[in-house]
Amino acid sequence: MPSKETNQMPRPIAIAIWIGVAIVGAAALGGIALNRGEPVNGMWFILAAVCVYALGYRFYSAFLAAKVLALDPTRATPAERFSDGRDFVPTNRWVVFGHHFAAIAGPGPLIGPTLAAQFGYLPGTLWIIVGATLGGCVQDFVALFCSIRRDGRSLGQMARDELGLVGGAAALVGVLAIMIILIAVLGLVVVNAMRHSPWATSTVAATIPIAIMIGLFMRHLRPGRVLEGTAIGVVLLLLAVFGGSWIDASPTLRSWFDYDGPALALMVILYGFAAAVLPVWLLLAPRDYLSTFMKIGTIVALAIAIVILNPEVKMPALTQFTDGTGPIFGGKVFPFVFITIACGAISGFHALIASGTTPKLLANERDARFIGYGAMAVESFVAIMAMIAACVLDPGVYFAINSPAGLVGAQAADAVAVISSWGFPVTVEQMQGLAREMGEATLFARTGGAPSLAVGMASIFSSAFGDSLLAVWYHFAIMFEALFILTTVDAGTRVARFMLQDLIGNVFPSMARTSWYPSVLACSGLVVAGWGYFLYFGTIDPLGGINSLWPLFGIANQMLAAIALCVATTILVKSGKARFAWVTALPLAWLVVVTSSAAWEKLFSADLRVGFLSHANDLAEQLATGKLAGAAAEQAPRLIFNDRLDAALTLFFLITVWVLVVETARVCRAALAGKSCPPSTETAHVPSRLVEDWVRD
Amino acid sequence: MTSWAKRCWAVLREMSGDDAYERYVAHWRASHAESGGVLLDRAAFFKEEQRRKWEGVKRCC
Repeated sequence: MPSKETNQMPRPIAIAIWIGVAIVGAAALGGIALNRGEPVNGMWFILAAVCVYALGYRFYSAFLAAKVLALDPTRATPAERFSDGRDFVPTNRWVVFGHHFAAIAGPGPLIGPTLAAQFGYLPGTLWIIVGATLGGCVQDFVALFCSIRRDGRSLGQMARDELGLVGGAAALVGVLAIMIILIAVLGLVVVNAMRHSPWATSTVAATIPIAIMIGLFMRHLRPGRVLEGTAIGVVLLLLAVFGGSWIDASPTLRSWFDYDGPALALMVILYGFAAAVLPVWLLLAPRDYLSTFMKIGTIVALAIAIVILNPEVKMPALTQFTDGTGPIFGGKVFPFVFITIACGAISGFHALIASGTTPKLLANERDARFIGYGAMAVESFVAIMAMIAACVLDPGVYFAINSPAGLVGAQAADAVAVISSWGFPVTVEQMQGLAREMGEATLFARTGGAPSLAVGMASIFSSAFGDSLLAVWYHFAIMFEALFILTTVDAGTRVARFMLQDLIGNVFPSMARTSWYPSVLACSGLVVAGWGYFLYFGTIDPLGGINSLWPLFGIANQMLAAIALCVATTILVKSGKARFAWVTALPLAWLVVVTSSAAWEKLFSADLRVGFLSHANDLAEQLATGKLAGAAAEQAPRLIFNDRLDAALTLFFLITVWVLVVETARVCRAALAGKSCPPSTETAHVPSRLVEDWVRD
Repeated sequence: MTSWAKRCWAVLREMSGDDAYERYVAHWRASHAESGGVLLDRAAFFKEEQRRKWEGVKRCC
């Protein structure tokens, strides 16, 4: 099918332009890949990424649309067939794109690349670009397509319909498990950003009353005036960022907002519970409006700043930590870079969105390419910007911010000595000067990625838009990250609560009533207790919690992607497209290899910082032989239990993936051999009435 | 230029849901007015809309 662009442009010119894009992209990619030792300009990353996405969109997604999925513009979409003005609404493609992008872009693509930068810029950058073009974008596109052809059904329903009961149950439990881990790890990121930082804590705290005020405004004062409410809220948020500096300057006020990790964790837990049981209009919905605007505004500003500034990337292409000794998380570059960067390259979570609201809005099936493939390419671009922001820092500073105290030492002098000995020189004065500029007491051991990203963003923003406000930019970046992390905490807790109510409702029907308060409280409590447990013990973990929780989250997210790709592959095979099934089967195979080897290492590696079990056994032995004393001895039994719990979860994810893969293979074989298997549930072709200029059959 | 600005404003309103009520009224007049249903007022519509919007997975990592 010829695309619109080539119809408008004379063919030789179009060909010349695309050859030009290919050459520029290849040159940029080659430049950053082959460069050793010299600083690279951030612009090359942008060029390489944009050219590859453009080529992927123009050619690979066109191939998927025309040959593999055979998008049919004459076929009525669910939005047209069930148009009810509410869930199913035929909507302008740009508007759907905006909704879809706002829904899929969360904190993941910002944090993952920041952590993965410990391997150097190259592994993460290549995985983001290649993974998105051949994996993530394809997954989102195909999941969206499958859902459109199935009346907008969800991933869980499709898994049950196409793969049978086992597949459906695995998908459901998988989603619930990933929610719990995701919320815990994101909560930990916010807590680490606020630890002993009155400015950050007060600004983040202020987002709660601001959201409530906007909620009341949009509910009672000016019902439904979303833009007015959001504009007021954004102004108040910016005032809160400035106000934080004033609180920070006053010794009394500052003591009200100065907390350590565990105390902040308890507050986030309490907040999460409140947000899950309060009516959505009061806190969740207005916070979401604010965070969406902030998110899109800041991402656009960051892109503009990077283009204006062309910052130099100081991180080497590869560091010695590709051997698995990295301070931020243990494990070799394979498979751990592919686990650490999930969102941004391929994220199973997107399949939930692509089979949720979005398929009910598409006015024309043809738009699935633009929205499914295109929105993921943009999200991946956000991950590239996060990678640049992490890599413009001096590597010594980057490692000083992100290395846990348990590894490099709690004293500043010890930490800089260890980090400098790795070949990344940094001094105590440099770190103190930086902390002072950013308006923080210290920037040592601020693990989780948010503070180092904020330092990177603040230096980019202040160089591009005015040098004097470094501390304000830093806290703006922290507020921006915290705002949408907390939105994910709220929304995720709520969704997990609904799912749990549904699950328990199978046994006790009254529990399934989403408005019955005893059930709401009990199920919210269970969900919050689940993620709260991991969050709280993450804050007292001497290695910083992120070290064990982020890989667990990555494995869970990739597992969900594997589920989505299993469903997609099955559907392709059943609809007679077996010769094209590799488009989803290859990314699936890669994910299975990556998740299995990562899970295997997390379970059985002898390296104490990688293997959960060896770490537990080592601690147990130290405890038994009396090598631990004081607080360490008191904490040890809890840490041992947590390690074993993490190991059990990893094993569960591993088994889930393999059950799904075996089920997929079984169903596909049956379909190919013409034996009995669950039939394809694609809905019949109904001609669209919205396409006026089309000759209908 | 002004028509372009207007178009952008319209897309922004639609994207943010600012014009949701107007769209609802238009849809109701087109499809449900004859059947004698009740047209919700702005506050009631917004209430219902928010409750409905937040059931299910709406935000990602």
